[in-house]
Amino acid sequence: MNEKGGNRQRPSPASQTSGGKVNRRGLLRVLGLAAFGLAPLPVLPRVLQAALGGAPTARADAAAARTPDGRIRQWTMIIDLRSCDGCQSVGKPPQCTAACIEGHFAPEPMEWIQVFEAELPGDGTQFIPAPCQQCQNPPCVNVCPVGATFSTPEGTVLIDQNRCIGCRICMAACPYDRRFFNWGTAPVPPEAYLADYSAEHQVPVKKGTVMKCDFCPDMARAGTLPYCVQGCPRDAIYYGDLEEDIATNGRAIVAASRFLSQNQAYRLKEDLKTKPRVYYISGHGEAVGRDPFTRGRQATRWPWTERAKGARVWKR
Amino acid sequence: MAVDRAGEGGARVEAVVSRRERLERAALAPILQTSRAYFVWVAFLLLVIGWGIYAYSVQLREGLVVTGMRDRISWGLYITTFVFFIGISHAGTLISAILRVSQAGWRTPITRMAEFITTVALICGALFVIIDLGRPDRVLNVVIYGRWQSPIIWDVLAITTYLTASIAYLFLPMIPDLALFRDRLAGRVATWRTRLYGLLAVRWEGNSTQWRAIGAAITVAMILIIPIAVSVHTVVSWIFAMTLREPWNSTIFGAFFVAGAIFSGVATLIIVMAILRKVYHLEEYITEKHFRYLGYLLAAFGLIMIYGNLSEFITTGYKLEGEEEFHFRQLFLGQFAGLYWYYFLGGLVAPGVLVLLPWTRNIWGIVAASVLVDVAMWVERYFIVVAGLRVPLMPYEPSSYAPTWVEWSVMLAGFALFALLITVFVKVFPILAVWEIAEEQEREGSPVARRPATEPALAGVEGGGS
Repeated sequence: MNEKGGNRQRPSPASQTSGGKVNRRGLLRVLGLAAFGLAPLPVLPRVLQAALGGAPTARADAAAARTPDGRIRQWTMIIDLRSCDGCQSVGKPPQCTAACIEGHFAPEPMEWIQVFEAELPGDGTQFIPAPCQQCQNPPCVNVCPVGATFSTPEGTVLIDQNRCIGCRICMAACPYDRRFFNWGTAPVPPEAYLADYSAEHQVPVKKGTVMKCDFCPDMARAGTLPYCVQGCPRDAIYYGDLEEDIATNGRAIVAASRFLSQNQAYRLKEDLKTKPRVYYISGHGEAVGRDPFTRGRQATRWPWTERAKGARVWKR
Repeated sequence: MAVDRAGEGGARVEAVVSRRERLERAALAPILQTSRAYFVWVAFLLLVIGWGIYAYSVQLREGLVVTGMRDRISWGLYITTFVFFIGISHAGTLISAILRVSQAGWRTPITRMAEFITTVALICGALFVIIDLGRPDRVLNVVIYGRWQSPIIWDVLAITTYLTASIAYLFLPMIPDLALFRDRLAGRVATWRTRLYGLLAVRWEGNSTQWRAIGAAITVAMILIIPIAVSVHTVVSWIFAMTLREPWNSTIFGAFFVAGAIFSGVATLIIVMAILRKVYHLEEYITEKHFRYLGYLLAAFGLIMIYGNLSEFITTGYKLEGEEEFHFRQLFLGQFAGLYWYYFLGGLVAPGVLVLLPWTRNIWGIVAASVLVDVAMWVERYFIVVAGLRVPLMPYEPSSYAPTWVEWSVMLAGFALFALLITVFVKVFPILAVWEIAEEQEREGSPVARRPATEPALAGVEGGGS
């Protein structure tokens, strides 16, 4: 029984003291091997990146925009709710959302800028157009496991859909519900697939990845206002640069700091300290003659009837 | 070995030898005999898994649109099942490592099963994270671009570390038993088995140097694995607690998840133990005592869970800050009320009562309590994930979530995989920790002639993980 192995033959007290002890040479060998084994760890990701042909880091493609004296522009948006009536007076769905959808080929049901109707004290309502808040302390960027969503020097938050693994923890982390997932083959027109992809423009869409408002920095750099600002029939949305202290709705030009202070501007969920770059001026459309008790807005529509092959529409 | 040492008392020798032989026979039985029912069972599991693979292939083709998840409730059954599996993986660590550290002798017949469960549950759990990804083809990005600031990366590190450690911790104490298999089964089983055992037994001969080395290794492993296990479920909870969602914003989350993990782990162990005991006739080794002791552990953790619930809900419920009122309504009165109250009354209170009442404190009662606990803990994870995400963040109507057939199929396949891996494992590896049981039997002394003669022999391995 004993010789057959598998059985215990316990060490006698004598044999216990001899042999099997860790000597200096053995210890050094173990330490040396450990150091040798651990040494490549810091460079391992880079080696893998090179071997697998991935881009080293997710970054915006273009260089940051600068003021004439070389400071990096800090994009901002100021939404004047006094002038927003949810496009009730126009008799159309919110035109900021519509313009954004057309410009970005945003798939149904994504409203990167979405006009919420919020209750006011006394049972009235106000309309709040909400793009991505472009937080300066972005919870989504903090939790992303692969750095697919990132902050830019211009103060915006972008997503590299070529890197996103679709784990959706950024959606759980975003306190503003401003992230959208490509649950299936997105319903967009076929021509959207002809565009050159950029994290700043997110066209064409990529299945299984997260999308959101990109703040149109590429358009701003080219001297154009974002689609939503252009689309707003009531000029309620100002876009600008905090660094140069200037913002415009396409009609008027304001000094951003003075405009914000004089109108008691606020940010959504200020207490979370996410430090958004999107400011609001309180109101319910009074500047464009809206009665706070006139409820409802028209439902957003996605214009294209012709869709990409195999596309499926989903609800939010 | 008992032969040379106890040469003086004929009757005692015989008793010890026959007992040892019975033990070995019990350990070898699953390998030597395979009933038809076994194949039927395996075929059934393969069928369920096959169906799950089909469902997943649909998901791969169409995207996650075939699930019930959407932007506002963006995690569902998959993440629930992931958390549940990682939870039950705590069975092995607790039973094996903590009881080994505390030198609870009664643990020996059940440690191996507990360690099986750990390894298998970790594999199944890790699969569910990948199943949940929108881009499983990019899973390597986690290695290539991993950011240590992300809770997901903490999870990847913790789970891979835990898996490595639990495989080591499963393997180390198994070496002497694998050598036993190598020797006893040589020529009696297929060549691949002989080769496998020969390879895995790592030239174990049972000499004193080897015993000392393995003793030291087991000691190191059992001490290392406890903090690793605790860290694993803590960081799993941090996937939730690190987001700005009110129902998840809780400092107790880590500890609560660890307690819940051990709770469901013990319950799973009891169920697996009961099944294997029945199927492989292990009544001599796994006795009512084991069920009772584990039942007490279950009841104790049930109390900890109740305390955790009270502690969390009273501090937030008293103040009802922000959206807490919405959450409390949906959880206690609204659409999750049925699940919550089943969990609280059926999963925390009832099992405790079953274990503590003398009339139900038997194998059937304790197994029933364990089934209640396991279902309840899955349900708890479900409402933590889904109800937590349902709380609206902006002025919109709360969304709803209903899992689709794809999600149910994949989840069932996951459970079938868990069962299959255990089933196969039992057929390949020693189900009982033979040497540890034998040692424990010696320590207790032979019932025929209880004498301290065996005591000195024990002293040698005392530090070696017995």
